[in-house]
Amino acid sequence: MASPVSGHHAAAARLAPQARTVGVSAPVSTKEAGVRFHIAGLDFFYGARQAVYGVNLKIPANKITALIGPSGCGKSTFLRSLNRMNDTIRHSHYDGEILLDGHDIRKIDVVNLRRRVGMVFQRPNPFPKSIYDNVAYGLRLNGYQGRLDDLVEHSLRRSALWDEVKDYLRKSAFALSGGQQQRLCIARALAVDPEVLLLDEPCSALDPVTTAKIEELMFQLKDSCTMVIVTHNMQQAARASDFTAFMLDGKLIEHNETSKLFTTPSDPRTEAYITGRFG
Amino acid sequence: MERHFEHDLEELKQRLLWMGSLAERAVHQAVHAVLDADEALAEAVLSEEDAINEMQIEIDDRVQRLLALQAPMAADLRFLLAVARINGDLERIGDQAVNISHSAMRILRHPQVKPYVDLPRMTELAEGMVRDSLNALVRGDQTLARSVMQRDDQVDRLRDQLFRELLTYMMENSSVVFSAFELVLVAKNIERIGDHATNIAEDVIYFVAGRDVRHPALDRR
Repeated sequence: MASPVSGHHAAAARLAPQARTVGVSAPVSTKEAGVRFHIAGLDFFYGARQAVYGVNLKIPANKITALIGPSGCGKSTFLRSLNRMNDTIRHSHYDGEILLDGHDIRKIDVVNLRRRVGMVFQRPNPFPKSIYDNVAYGLRLNGYQGRLDDLVEHSLRRSALWDEVKDYLRKSAFALSGGQQQRLCIARALAVDPEVLLLDEPCSALDPVTTAKIEELMFQLKDSCTMVIVTHNMQQAARASDFTAFMLDGKLIEHNETSKLFTTPSDPRTEAYITGRFG
Repeated sequence: MERHFEHDLEELKQRLLWMGSLAERAVHQAVHAVLDADEALAEAVLSEEDAINEMQIEIDDRVQRLLALQAPMAADLRFLLAVARINGDLERIGDQAVNISHSAMRILRHPQVKPYVDLPRMTELAEGMVRDSLNALVRGDQTLARSVMQRDDQVDRLRDQLFRELLTYMMENSSVVFSAFELVLVAKNIERIGDHATNIAEDVIYFVAGRDVRHPALDRR
């Protein structure tokens, strides 16, 4: 059997040309080296209500950026803006620019954008299908022509789930535990080879052992993927991320290297929040 | 609403200050055992050594528990790291006081070598440094902490001056070598107390401003 890794590279190469060129607009600004997302002056509105105010942020490539802040501060709205998940919410819109590799995401075909920028949600949401079909779903949707088996195996290996499910691939995804389901969702997201993975509190419903597995997985994925994680768990942000952004009342208060933000924050509001003296 | 954690931090600070006051008193008594030829003061220092050591263990336990259970961040984390280091310095100050007391007991068996002029100045400076370093901790006062660091050079100069002077006495009269040598050790111990006070001041700056000023020559970007 061909090694799953070499199989994957071939598969990704077959998938990549068609998927990564569809709907890509001409760059509106020069792509900045090492920066995956460039967000400038982002204002987000739910109808008349503004949820995000003038956020400027550069998200570095192949790093993990954590978004922290109290409930309702706009961090999930911000996260969901990055692959236009908010488009499905009526009367919502944003001003400002979100550039992915220098391209305005409004000008990228939304299906292609979401393939490039995958998402994992707070609660695991496997499809009512087999484990195999969950992972293969996005590939089939994208018209993948290669060996599905190889890519499914590779994705499950990348999400550290293969050894636990390799003998049960045809079983329903609902038979898995919560932590396994979450890793399956990550495998599903990874199957289409995204450049960015958005994680919206991916461990909030998981036990510490499973949380540690997900965090280790994130660390290993850094080589091939940029990640942005929303978390309420300060320890998780401190452990798992390279950079941390603190949001409050829809505004970005502070963004810095995680090691600096959690030891010597420069804004007193960040200090108050991370030491639990907020409010 | 004040959290239980803040109460624990305040209690830890009070315990550290109590330990600091024990160490300060030990230094004062030990040096005055020499200056006032008072053996009882030296014995008092030796009898209180255990109290300082017990405080060190207690404070270490408190720091360890708070780090493990509260997972502190930012200023709280820096405070606990600073307390752990200061705790070690205060215990070492206590050890220096014990060393001085032992020297005092030996010195008192011999006639006084010379009138004590620089030794009282030196100990006054070092005791002031310890006191001010702890005051800087209480007030979160970087300026005071920096003034402690600056005073260390004065203590070092007095030590050098005393060394030279005592060496001259020893060269002139071999019968004072034993006492003079003990006085050299006392001066060395006082100088070390100044160093520990400097360490405490550096830890205060780390706690207050998040800046590590221990080794300025190192690039710490």
